[in-house]
Amino acid sequence: MLTRIAITQIFVPDQDAALDFYVGKLGFEVRTDQAFGPMRFLTVALPDDPGHEVLLEKPGPPGYSEEVAAQVRDLISKGAAGGHLFFATDDAHKTHAEFRQRGVEITEEPVDRGYGIDFGFRDPFGNHVRVSQMKQP
Amino acid sequence: MIGAVSAASEDSNRRMLRARDAMDRRYAEPLDVPTLARIAHVSEAHFIRTFRAAFGETPHRYLQRRRVERAMWLLRCTDRTVTDICMDVGFSSLGTFSRVFREVVGEPPSVHRRRGPLPPAPSCFAMAWLRPAGDAAVSEKPAGAPRP
Repeated sequence: MLTRIAITQIFVPDQDAALDFYVGKLGFEVRTDQAFGPMRFLTVALPDDPGHEVLLEKPGPPGYSEEVAAQVRDLISKGAAGGHLFFATDDAHKTHAEFRQRGVEITEEPVDRGYGIDFGFRDPFGNHVRVSQMKQP
Repeated sequence: MIGAVSAASEDSNRRMLRARDAMDRRYAEPLDVPTLARIAHVSEAHFIRTFRAAFGETPHRYLQRRRVERAMWLLRCTDRTVTDICMDVGFSSLGTFSRVFREVVGEPPSVHRRRGPLPPAPSCFAMAWLRPAGDAAVSEKPAGAPRP
Protein backbone atom coordinates (compact mmCIF):
# COMPACT_ATOMS: atom_id res chain seq x y z
CA MET A 1 0.00 0.00 0.00
CA LEU A 2 1.24 3.47 -0.82
CA THR A 3 1.27 5.74 2.22
CA ARG A 4 2.02 9.25 1.04
CA ILE A 5 3.64 11.41 -1.62
CA ALA A 6 7.33 11.85 -0.78
CA ILE A 7 8.69 13.74 -3.77
CA THR A 8 6.95 15.78 -6.44
CA GLN A 9 8.91 16.94 -9.48
CA ILE A 10 8.74 20.11 -11.51
CA PHE A 11 10.99 21.18 -14.38
CA VAL A 12 13.02 24.36 -13.97
CA PRO A 13 15.39 25.63 -16.66
CA ASP A 14 17.69 27.30 -14.11
CA GLN A 15 18.23 25.70 -10.70
CA ASP A 16 19.92 28.72 -9.10
CA ALA A 17 17.07 30.99 -10.15
CA ALA A 18 14.66 28.32 -8.90
CA LEU A 19 16.31 28.40 -5.47
CA ASP A 20 16.08 32.20 -5.36
CA PHE A 21 12.39 31.89 -6.02
CA TYR A 22 11.23 28.80 -4.14
CA VAL A 23 13.48 29.36 -1.12
CA GLY A 24 13.95 33.13 -1.21
CA LYS A 25 10.40 34.15 -2.04
CA LEU A 26 8.09 31.26 -1.19
CA GLY A 27 9.77 30.08 2.02
CA PHE A 28 10.96 26.60 1.07
CA GLU A 29 14.09 25.09 2.64
CA VAL A 30 16.72 23.11 0.76
CA ARG A 31 16.57 19.39 1.65
CA THR A 32 19.11 17.97 -0.79
CA ASP A 33 21.57 19.77 -3.02
CA GLN A 34 24.24 17.49 -4.39
CA ALA A 35 26.04 16.61 -7.56
CA PHE A 36 24.65 13.39 -8.99
CA GLY A 37 26.89 12.62 -11.95
CA PRO A 38 26.23 15.41 -14.43
CA MET A 39 22.99 16.28 -12.69
CA ARG A 40 22.40 18.47 -9.68
CA PHE A 41 19.95 16.66 -7.43
CA LEU A 42 18.06 19.50 -5.82
CA THR A 43 15.05 19.14 -3.57
CA VAL A 44 13.25 21.63 -1.36
CA ALA A 45 10.46 21.30 1.20
CA LEU A 46 8.24 23.55 3.29
CA PRO A 47 9.27 23.91 6.96
CA ASP A 48 5.75 22.79 7.99
CA ASP A 49 5.74 19.83 5.59
CA PRO A 50 9.32 18.50 5.58
CA GLY A 51 8.28 15.04 4.37
CA HIS A 52 7.02 16.26 1.03
CA GLU A 53 9.91 17.35 -1.15
CA VAL A 54 9.78 19.09 -4.48
CA LEU A 55 12.48 18.01 -6.94
CA LEU A 56 13.63 20.99 -8.98
CA GLU A 57 14.84 19.19 -12.08
CA LYS A 58 16.67 20.87 -14.91
CA PRO A 59 15.94 19.21 -18.26
CA GLY A 60 19.19 18.51 -20.12
CA PRO A 61 21.69 15.90 -21.27
CA PRO A 62 22.26 13.09 -20.67
CA GLY A 63 18.83 12.47 -19.17
CA TYR A 64 17.24 14.41 -21.99
CA SER A 65 18.84 15.19 -25.32
CA GLU A 66 19.47 18.87 -26.01
CA GLU A 67 16.59 18.80 -28.52
CA VAL A 68 14.15 17.32 -26.01
CA ALA A 69 15.36 19.66 -23.27
CA ALA A 70 14.66 22.59 -25.58
CA GLN A 71 11.15 21.27 -26.16
CA VAL A 72 10.56 20.98 -22.41
CA ARG A 73 11.84 24.51 -21.84
CA ASP A 74 9.57 25.72 -24.64
CA LEU A 75 6.56 24.18 -22.89
CA ILE A 76 7.56 25.65 -19.51
CA SER A 77 7.79 29.12 -21.05
CA LYS A 78 4.29 28.68 -22.50
CA GLY A 79 2.88 27.60 -19.14
CA ALA A 80 2.18 24.13 -20.54
CA ALA A 81 4.77 21.93 -18.81
CA GLY A 82 2.33 20.69 -16.16
CA GLY A 83 3.67 19.83 -12.74
CA HIS A 84 1.43 22.44 -11.15
CA LEU A 85 1.98 22.88 -7.44
CA PHE A 86 -1.15 23.45 -5.35
CA PHE A 87 -0.53 24.76 -1.86
CA ALA A 88 -2.67 25.09 1.23
CA THR A 89 -2.46 28.17 3.45
CA ASP A 90 -4.11 29.35 6.67
CA ASP A 91 -4.48 32.90 5.36
CA ALA A 92 -4.70 33.47 1.62
CA HIS A 93 -4.88 37.27 1.81
CA LYS A 94 -1.84 37.55 4.07
CA THR A 95 0.21 35.12 1.98
CA HIS A 96 -0.81 36.92 -1.20
CA ALA A 97 0.23 40.29 0.26
CA GLU A 98 3.62 38.88 1.30
CA PHE A 99 4.24 37.31 -2.11
CA ARG A 100 3.20 40.46 -3.93
CA GLN A 101 5.59 42.49 -1.82
CA ARG A 102 8.38 40.07 -2.72
CA GLY A 103 7.72 40.61 -6.39
CA VAL A 104 5.99 37.29 -7.17
CA GLU A 105 4.10 37.45 -10.49
CA ILE A 106 0.48 37.13 -9.35
CA THR A 107 -1.88 35.84 -12.06
CA GLU A 108 -5.09 35.96 -10.07
CA GLU A 109 -5.95 37.92 -6.94
CA PRO A 110 -7.51 36.14 -3.94
CA VAL A 111 -11.18 35.35 -4.58
CA ASP A 112 -13.72 33.62 -2.36
CA ARG A 113 -14.78 30.58 -4.39
CA GLY A 114 -17.20 28.81 -2.12
CA TYR A 115 -14.73 25.98 -1.45
CA GLY A 116 -12.28 28.52 -0.07
CA ILE A 117 -10.21 31.56 -0.98
CA ASP A 118 -7.55 31.07 -3.60
CA PHE A 119 -5.11 32.93 -5.77
CA GLY A 120 -2.59 32.06 -8.46
CA PHE A 121 0.90 33.00 -9.54
CA ARG A 122 3.71 31.88 -11.82
CA ASP A 123 7.27 31.04 -11.06
CA PRO A 124 9.91 32.95 -13.05
CA PHE A 125 9.95 30.27 -15.76
CA GLY A 126 6.19 29.98 -16.44
CA ASN A 127 5.15 27.16 -14.12
CA HIS A 128 1.71 27.79 -12.65
CA VAL A 129 1.23 27.72 -8.90
CA ARG A 130 -2.00 27.89 -6.94
CA VAL A 131 -2.70 28.64 -3.26
CA SER A 132 -5.95 27.82 -1.43
CA GLN A 133 -7.26 28.58 1.99
CA MET A 134 -9.85 25.84 2.16
CA LYS A 135 -13.06 26.28 4.13
CA GLN A 136 -13.28 24.04 7.15
CA PRO A 137 -15.80 21.24 6.47
CA MET B 1 23.96 28.95 -31.32
CA ILE B 2 20.94 26.67 -31.03
CA GLY B 3 20.99 27.44 -27.31
CA ALA B 4 20.90 31.18 -27.90
CA VAL B 5 17.99 30.93 -30.36
CA SER B 6 16.12 28.69 -27.97
CA ALA B 7 16.72 31.03 -25.00
CA ALA B 8 15.42 33.99 -27.00
CA SER B 9 12.32 32.07 -28.01
CA GLU B 10 11.69 30.95 -24.40
CA ASP B 11 12.01 34.54 -23.22
CA SER B 12 9.58 35.61 -25.91
CA ASN B 13 7.10 32.86 -24.97
CA ARG B 14 7.32 33.88 -21.34
CA ARG B 15 6.39 37.45 -22.23
CA MET B 16 3.48 36.25 -24.38
CA LEU B 17 2.34 34.13 -21.43
CA ARG B 18 2.37 37.28 -19.28
CA ALA B 19 0.04 38.97 -21.76
CA ARG B 20 -2.20 35.91 -21.86
CA ASP B 21 -2.35 35.85 -18.06
CA ALA B 22 -3.37 39.52 -18.18
CA MET B 23 -6.26 38.61 -20.50
CA ASP B 24 -7.36 35.85 -18.11
CA ARG B 25 -7.30 38.29 -15.22
CA ARG B 26 -8.49 41.55 -16.80
CA TYR B 27 -10.89 40.30 -19.52
CA ALA B 28 -13.59 42.66 -18.22
CA GLU B 29 -11.47 45.70 -19.05
CA PRO B 30 -11.26 47.23 -22.53
CA LEU B 31 -7.92 45.53 -23.27
CA ASP B 32 -6.50 46.57 -26.61
CA VAL B 33 -3.41 45.50 -28.52
CA PRO B 34 -1.26 48.47 -27.38
CA THR B 35 -2.00 47.63 -23.73
CA LEU B 36 -1.19 43.95 -24.18
CA ALA B 37 1.93 44.65 -26.24
CA ARG B 38 3.17 46.88 -23.43
CA ILE B 39 2.66 44.07 -20.92
CA ALA B 40 4.65 41.76 -23.22
CA HIS B 41 7.30 44.42 -23.89
CA VAL B 42 7.09 44.12 -27.68
CA SER B 43 5.88 46.27 -30.55
CA GLU B 44 2.22 46.02 -31.51
CA ALA B 45 2.86 44.43 -34.90
CA HIS B 46 5.30 41.97 -33.42
CA PHE B 47 2.93 41.12 -30.56
CA ILE B 48 0.07 39.69 -32.62
CA ARG B 49 2.39 37.59 -34.77
CA THR B 50 4.43 36.29 -31.83
CA PHE B 51 1.42 35.52 -29.68
CA ARG B 52 -0.12 33.54 -32.48
CA ALA B 53 3.08 31.61 -33.04
CA ALA B 54 3.24 30.70 -29.34
CA PHE B 55 -0.40 29.85 -28.65
CA GLY B 56 -1.93 29.10 -32.05
CA GLU B 57 -4.49 31.92 -32.15
CA THR B 58 -4.47 35.72 -32.21
CA PRO B 59 -4.66 37.62 -28.91
CA HIS B 60 -8.02 39.03 -30.03
CA ARG B 61 -9.45 35.56 -30.49
CA TYR B 62 -8.00 34.37 -27.19
CA LEU B 63 -9.63 37.27 -25.36
CA GLN B 64 -12.97 36.76 -27.15
CA ARG B 65 -13.06 33.11 -26.14
CA ARG B 66 -12.08 33.99 -22.57
CA ARG B 67 -14.93 36.51 -22.38
CA VAL B 68 -17.38 34.02 -23.84
CA GLU B 69 -16.20 31.36 -21.37
CA ARG B 70 -16.83 33.72 -18.45
CA ALA B 71 -20.23 34.64 -19.95
CA MET B 72 -21.15 30.95 -20.27
CA TRP B 73 -20.33 30.50 -16.61
CA LEU B 74 -22.29 33.58 -15.49
CA LEU B 75 -25.31 32.61 -17.60
CA ARG B 76 -25.48 29.19 -16.01
CA CYS B 77 -24.39 29.94 -12.45
CA THR B 78 -25.97 33.36 -11.73
CA ASP B 79 -29.30 35.15 -12.26
CA ARG B 80 -27.76 38.21 -13.92
CA THR B 81 -29.42 39.40 -17.11
CA VAL B 82 -27.84 38.73 -20.49
CA THR B 83 -27.20 42.47 -20.90
CA ASP B 84 -25.47 42.70 -17.52
CA ILE B 85 -23.34 39.64 -18.31
CA CYS B 86 -22.38 41.10 -21.68
CA MET B 87 -20.98 44.15 -19.88
CA ASP B 88 -19.52 42.09 -16.99
CA VAL B 89 -17.22 40.15 -19.30
CA GLY B 90 -15.97 43.13 -21.29
CA PHE B 91 -18.22 43.46 -24.35
CA SER B 92 -19.45 46.98 -24.98
CA SER B 93 -22.27 46.09 -27.37
CA LEU B 94 -25.01 43.53 -26.89
CA GLY B 95 -25.13 42.96 -30.63
CA THR B 96 -21.46 42.01 -30.80
CA PHE B 97 -21.74 39.86 -27.70
CA SER B 98 -24.70 37.91 -29.07
CA ARG B 99 -23.04 37.41 -32.45
CA VAL B 100 -19.69 36.30 -31.03
CA PHE B 101 -21.32 34.09 -28.40
CA ARG B 102 -23.43 32.34 -31.00
CA GLU B 103 -20.52 31.93 -33.36
CA VAL B 104 -18.24 30.47 -30.68
CA VAL B 105 -20.72 28.38 -28.68
CA GLY B 106 -23.14 27.42 -31.42
CA GLU B 107 -26.26 28.67 -29.63
CA PRO B 108 -27.52 32.04 -28.32
CA PRO B 109 -26.90 33.09 -24.69
CA SER B 110 -30.54 32.62 -23.66
CA VAL B 111 -30.57 29.05 -24.98
CA HIS B 112 -27.24 28.29 -23.32
CA ARG B 113 -28.62 29.49 -19.99
CA ARG B 114 -31.28 26.75 -20.08
CA ARG B 115 -28.57 24.10 -19.79
CA GLY B 116 -28.63 24.85 -16.07
CA PRO B 117 -25.92 25.31 -13.44
CA LEU B 118 -22.41 23.99 -14.03
CA PRO B 119 -20.92 21.54 -11.54
CA PRO B 120 -18.65 23.22 -8.99
CA ALA B 121 -14.96 23.22 -9.92
CA PRO B 122 -11.95 25.36 -9.07
CA SER B 123 -11.89 28.56 -11.08
CA CYS B 124 -8.44 27.88 -12.53
CA PHE B 125 -9.59 24.47 -13.78
CA ALA B 126 -12.81 25.90 -15.18
CA MET B 127 -11.00 28.69 -16.97
CA ALA B 128 -8.47 26.29 -18.43
CA TRP B 129 -10.96 23.74 -19.68
CA LEU B 130 -14.27 25.45 -20.31
CA ARG B 131 -13.02 28.10 -22.71
CA PRO B 132 -14.94 27.17 -25.86
CA ALA B 133 -12.94 25.97 -28.83
CA GLY B 134 -15.35 27.74 -31.13
CA ASP B 135 -15.79 24.84 -33.51
CA ALA B 136 -17.79 22.33 -31.52
CA ALA B 137 -21.02 22.03 -29.60
CA VAL B 138 -20.94 21.96 -25.80
CA SER B 139 -20.12 18.53 -24.40
CA GLU B 140 -20.69 17.68 -20.80
CA LYS B 141 -19.91 15.01 -18.26
CA PRO B 142 -21.61 14.41 -14.91
CA ALA B 143 -20.86 16.62 -11.92
CA GLY B 144 -18.13 15.87 -9.37
CA ALA B 145 -17.19 17.35 -6.01
CA PRO B 146 -15.71 20.85 -5.68
CA ARG B 147 -11.94 20.88 -5.27
CA PRO B 148 -9.25 23.54 -5.23
